[in-house]
Amino acid sequence: MSGWPPLLALLVQFALLSLISVGGLTAMLPEVHRYVVDVQHWMTSAEFVRLFALAQAAPGPNMIVVSLIGWKVAGLAGALVATVAMCAPSCLLAYSTAAVWARKRDTQWGRAIQRGLTPIAVGLVLASGWLLTEAAGQRWQHYFATMLACGFVLATRWNPIWMILAAGLAGIAGLL
Amino acid sequence: MPIDSSQSPATIGRHHVSRQQLALAFFLVGVQGFGGVTPFARAMLVDRRRWLSAAEFNEIAGLCQILPGPNTLNVAVLVGARFQGALGAFLAVIALMAGPVVLILLLGALYSSFRDMPWVGRAIAGVSAAAAGLVLGTALKMAVPLPRSALSVLAAGAAFVLVGVLQLPLVPVFLVLAPVCVLLAAWERP
Repeated sequence: MSGWPPLLALLVQFALLSLISVGGLTAMLPEVHRYVVDVQHWMTSAEFVRLFALAQAAPGPNMIVVSLIGWKVAGLAGALVATVAMCAPSCLLAYSTAAVWARKRDTQWGRAIQRGLTPIAVGLVLASGWLLTEAAGQRWQHYFATMLACGFVLATRWNPIWMILAAGLAGIAGLL
Repeated sequence: MPIDSSQSPATIGRHHVSRQQLALAFFLVGVQGFGGVTPFARAMLVDRRRWLSAAEFNEIAGLCQILPGPNTLNVAVLVGARFQGALGAFLAVIALMAGPVVLILLLGALYSSFRDMPWVGRAIAGVSAAAAGLVLGTALKMAVPLPRSALSVLAAGAAFVLVGVLQLPLVPVFLVLAPVCVLLAAWERP
C-alpha cells in the first residue's frame, strides 16, 4: 500500500485497524506508528509522540490523535478521512453486534473470547507505552516524568489531565 | 411525554429522549472530556440527565469494553440507538466527535505556528513524557484484574513482544494470535 495516494492509504489502513481495535485506539498505536513512521515515512517518531501529546492535552476521546495524523499527512481532507476511517467501521460493528454480544457474552464461547482477547489488548497497550516512552525520552528527566505519570495512574483516581498540565508547566519552567 | 410509535414495547416506560437532547448531551460530554471521556459520559447520562440508572450504564460500558473501537464511541452508539435508533446512534457519535476534532485541529495549527518558540518545545516534551507514563500506567491497571493464568501471561507477552519489540504488522499478528488465544481460553475451562 506504500504506492497508494495518501488519502486512500489512510482510509484503508485505519478502517482495517478500526475493525480489530479491541482495547481501543491506545492498543492500535504501535501499528499506527509503524505504518505512518516506518512504512510511509509521513513523520518522524518524535513528531508522532508530539501529536499524541497534543491529543492528550485536548478534550475528547484519545482517538482524536488520528485526526491530527490525517491532518499532518493530507490537510483537512486527511483529518476527515482518517477520523471517519477509524470511527465508522467499529461503530457499525458495535451497532450491529451489540444485541448478539449482550446475549452471548455469558456463554462458554462468549467468556472464552473475553478471556482470550483481553490479555492481548493489555499486551498491545503495554507495547504502546513502551514505544511512547522510548520516543519521548531524550533525557533522564523525561524518564522520571514518565515513571511519575505511570505511578499517578496506578496510585490515584485523579483525572490524568492534571498530570498532563503539571508536566507541561514543569517543561516550560525548564525542570524537564 | 409523547412516546414515539416506532419504539418497541420493551422501550416503553423509559425516558423519552429527543434527537436534539441526545446530540447536545454528547456534544457537552465531548468538549468537557479532558483526560478520558467515560467518567464525563457517566456523570452526564446517570447523574445529571438521569436517562440511565447506574446499573444500566455499567451494563453498557461493560459491553463496550469487549466490542472493538474506542469505548466512549461505543457508548455513544449504544445509548444513541437505545433512545433514537440508528439515527440516534449516528447523531450521538457525530456530536461527541465534532467538538474535540475541531479543537484538536486548532491546537495542531497553533502548535505548528509556535513550535519554534523554545518554551512551546519544552512544554510539549514534558507532556509527551507524561503521556507515555499515563499509557504505561493504564496498561498495568488493565493487567491487574486479568485472571492469573498461563494464558494471560502468554497472550499479553506475545502481543507485547511481536508488536512492541519486534514491530511486526498488527493485522496478521492479530489474525493469528486472537483465534489461538480464544481457542486456548475455551480449552482451559477454569
